[in-house]
Amino acid sequence: MKSNSILRVITHLLIPFILLFALYIQFHGEYSPGGGFQAGVVFAAGWILFALVYGLDAALLVIPERVQFILACLGALLYSFIGILGVVLGGRFLDFSVLLDSPQAAQQAGIILVEFGVGVTVATVSMLFFTFFARRKGQIEQARREARD
Amino acid sequence: METLVDIALLVLLATVAIAIVRVRDLYSAAMLFAIYSLLSAALFAVLDAGDVALTEAAVGAGISTLLFLGALTVTERRERPVRGNAWLALLVVTVTGACLIYAATDLPTFGSADNPIHQHVAPYYINNVYDQMGIPNIVAAVLASYRSIDTMGEVFVILTAGLGVVALLSVPPRRRRARSTAERGREERS
Amino acid sequence: MGLLGHFNFWVVVVLMMIGFYTVIARGNMIKKIMGLNLFQTSVFILFISAGKILGGSTPVLREGIEIYSNPLPHVLILTAIVVGVATTAVGLALAMRIHEAYGTIEDDELLDPIEQDPDDTSPGDSGRSGSADA
Repeated sequence: MKSNSILRVITHLLIPFILLFALYIQFHGEYSPGGGFQAGVVFAAGWILFALVYGLDAALLVIPERVQFILACLGALLYSFIGILGVVLGGRFLDFSVLLDSPQAAQQAGIILVEFGVGVTVATVSMLFFTFFARRKGQIEQARREARD
Repeated sequence: METLVDIALLVLLATVAIAIVRVRDLYSAAMLFAIYSLLSAALFAVLDAGDVALTEAAVGAGISTLLFLGALTVTERRERPVRGNAWLALLVVTVTGACLIYAATDLPTFGSADNPIHQHVAPYYINNVYDQMGIPNIVAAVLASYRSIDTMGEVFVILTAGLGVVALLSVPPRRRRARSTAERGREERS
Repeated sequence: MGLLGHFNFWVVVVLMMIGFYTVIARGNMIKKIMGLNLFQTSVFILFISAGKILGGSTPVLREGIEIYSNPLPHVLILTAIVVGVATTAVGLALAMRIHEAYGTIEDDELLDPIEQDPDDTSPGDSGRSGSADA
């Protein structure tokens, strides 16, 4: 689809805004509707749009598969780490109030970090779904070609 | 007015759902499913659930449709009619549905402020969230702080699902394409 | 409002039964997954309808607004939607693998007795086809 100039121009215009919107609902999620789950999916949608127009291989150069794996695990680990940090600092598991001195600031810091972890995991897992679903057809066809030879 | 939009969207949802069941072309079904998701996102927005509407619009109409289309490129486009008749299934569904509708008359009236659901824990969240956290979005506060262990479980479910898909689809396809018993049966029949 | 006080719940039941019918009466696995999704969405609508207060507002605190809808169902459904798409992806991946192994995803064709074809049992392949049958 790279040769279609309408698609290419529109994609150029849209992708920065999609990614910006994802970051907006990620970090503004405390003040307006939004949060990690939505932001992750919207961010992945921006990457998938790129992959649909420029091909999966080009998209995997931007965010390689290995990076997707590592980030998916790191997001979930960040969440657990914040939880355990509460225990280490003398509170309970996922107790944000001990993170900082002011209770409100501590809660906000905790929520922002935890939502960031959620966003990273959701975004990279959605990308992994797309990567593996999109690649399967090519693999099957290649296997059939090899079987015929 | 609110109720009118609500009723119109619900009727549209039911119509699209019946269309999804009846259509045999699975690509059409996947696109109808995207419409269904978008309609339910609109319904959630009417029912005051901004966060849920945003999620449903991004997930249901975006990622979910894409996954269905991705799966359809590998499998078949058309659904074949089932052998035997569907009357028994229809009977089971009708009886279950009638029981559920009878049970639904016991539910509290839709939209009334003194329903039991609004008495228990929600007033605590609404009254205390700003003093305790300084965050106006109550949904984000409940999601990430009051019920954070719940959300952590969800994150690990998503991670596990991702690993499950990777485990299923990272096995290289078989070199030799074995003809299935089904295809053989179809050839014999024709 | 008296007669229509339960209209949302009735439509929820109708949608739920349409999904249920798709799961039990249709043979195609992708159609079954769509049926499961219909069922799931009906449960989402049930929860969100229960949390609605007529004349209320989205639960984001603002000046001049007194009544907010119940935020708790929103939180539960928000996470359930994303988990739902994750489980759908696993189901679709399973359907894709079944199609590769058997050449069909119609469940009554999968139930056909497996006839052994002489050229179908090369020694190198027996282990893998055995595990696929199990």
